[in-house]
Amino acid sequence: MASIRIPTPLRPYAGGTAEVVVSGTTVDEALKDLIAQHPELEQHLFNNGELRSFVNIFLGEEDIRHLDGRETAIEEDTELLIIPSIAGGRA
Amino acid sequence: MSILEIADPQAVELSNEEISRYSRHLIMPEVGMAGQRKLKAAKVLAVGTGGLGSPLLMYLAAAGIGTIGIVDYDVVDESNLQRQVIHGTSTVGQPKIESAKRRILDLNPNIDVVTYNVPLTSENALELFEPYDIIVDGTDNFPTRYLVNDACVLLNKPNVYGSIFRFEGQVAVFDPRTGPSYRCMFPEPPPPGLVPSCAEGGVLGVLPGVIGTLQAIEVVKLVLGIGEPLVGRMLLFDALDMEFREIKLRRNPNWPVGEPHPTVTELIDYEDFCGMPGHDRSAFASDNEGVVPAVTVTQVKEKLDSGEDFILLDVRDPHEWEISDISAATHHIPKGKILEHLGELAQTRDIIVYCKSGGRSADVTRTLLDHGYTRVHNMLGGINKWATTIEPDLPTY
Repeated sequence: MASIRIPTPLRPYAGGTAEVVVSGTTVDEALKDLIAQHPELEQHLFNNGELRSFVNIFLGEEDIRHLDGRETAIEEDTELLIIPSIAGGRA
Repeated sequence: MSILEIADPQAVELSNEEISRYSRHLIMPEVGMAGQRKLKAAKVLAVGTGGLGSPLLMYLAAAGIGTIGIVDYDVVDESNLQRQVIHGTSTVGQPKIESAKRRILDLNPNIDVVTYNVPLTSENALELFEPYDIIVDGTDNFPTRYLVNDACVLLNKPNVYGSIFRFEGQVAVFDPRTGPSYRCMFPEPPPPGLVPSCAEGGVLGVLPGVIGTLQAIEVVKLVLGIGEPLVGRMLLFDALDMEFREIKLRRNPNWPVGEPHPTVTELIDYEDFCGMPGHDRSAFASDNEGVVPAVTVTQVKEKLDSGEDFILLDVRDPHEWEISDISAATHHIPKGKILEHLGELAQTRDIIVYCKSGGRSADVTRTLLDHGYTRVHNMLGGINKWATTIEPDLPTY
C-alpha cells in the first residue's frame, strides 16, 4: 500500500497522524482514499474538486505538477509528500 | 551556478587581528585570503532578528561578513528567549536590532552593522535591499515572505529562505538569476486561518537554530562561490523523525514576477494579496476577528460580578488549560470539536467565547452564529488580555 506523509499543520485534521496508508494506483485515487479516511482534510486540500494552489504534492523529489498531475501512477511502495506553506521564523 | 559579483574584494584589507581571527578559514584552500576578502567585502541583509535571524546573524558575524544589515521593528520579549539566542535577559525590552547589534559587535567588532528599525513594506523594500548582495528571509508571515521574494526578483538578488513551524523547517535559495523563486513553489498563500502562526502554533526552540544555521551556510557558500547552493531544491527538516528530505523546485513559466512573462512588475499590497496583516499574530489569523459581536474583558468581569447567567466558553486546546485558566469558565471545548458539542451549548443562554488572544474564539463565534445562535460574543484579546487587565496573577503566554 502507498502512503501519504501529512505535514504538521494538517495533522490535526488527520487524527494527529504523520503518515496515512492509502490504496489506489494513481495520485488521485490515493488522495480520494485519504479524504475518505479523514474527511476533515478535504477542505484543506481541495476547492471545488481541484487541488488548492498552495497544496504541493510530491512523489519522491518531484512535484506531481511536473509529472502527470493527479493522474500520476503510483506503486505499492510509493510515498507521497504534502508540502505545506509555512511562514514562521522571526517571532 | 551564477557567480555573485561582490564589489572589489581585492581592495579589502585584512588586519593582523583579522588574520588571526579567521585563521581556521584562511588555512582552507576553499576560503583562503581571497575568500576571506570576499566575505569582508560582502553585504548581507537579514530581514528579521528572531528565531532564524539569531543563529544566522551570529554565524555571519563570526564568519566575517563585512557589512550586515538588519531589519526589525520589534522589541525583545521574555517569550523570545526560548529560541532567539542573539538576545538575552539583559536586553529584554530593548529594540531587537539594538540587542542584535550589541551581540554581533561583541562577537566581531570588525563588522559594519547597519540597522533599520522599521517594518519591511512595499514602499521601502527595494530601497532597503538595493545596497546588498544577498537577502536572507527570516520573517514570520506570508505577506512579508511574498514581499521579500518579489523585491529580490525585481532586483535580481538571491533570497536565502528559511521557514519553521513546530518541528518542521524548510530551507532554499531562491536565486532569480538562475533558478525558481518562492512563487514557483507557492504561487499563492493559504487562506487566513488555515496555517497558525508560531505564536499560536508553537515552535520547538532549537529548530530555528538548525534552519537559521543552514541559511548562514548557504550565504557563505554564495559569497565564496563554492559548492552547490540550494538553488532549484528545497531542503525539508523534520526534527521529530530527525529526517532531512530534498525536493526539486522548477521555474514556473507562469510565475507572475520576473521573466519570461511578468505580470507583476512592481511591488504590490501584500497584506491584501495574502488577506492577513504583515506581522506575526498572537492569534490564528482570522477573518472574523473584529467582525463578529464582541465584548471586552472588563465587560465580562462586570457580568460575572453582577451575577449574570451566561456560558463562558474556553475554546483553547487542553494542554493550554494547564498554562492558565479562568475559574469562571463554564465550558472547555477546543475549537476543532465545537460542532460535536453543540448540544451542550443552549441557544437560549448568552455565550461568551475566549481563547488565547481572540482569533480562534472569533472563528468559533462565527461558527455558532452560522448555526443559529444569536446570543454569542467573542471576548477580545482572550485569556492573555484577561490576565493583564483583570487577574494579574495569571501568567500570559
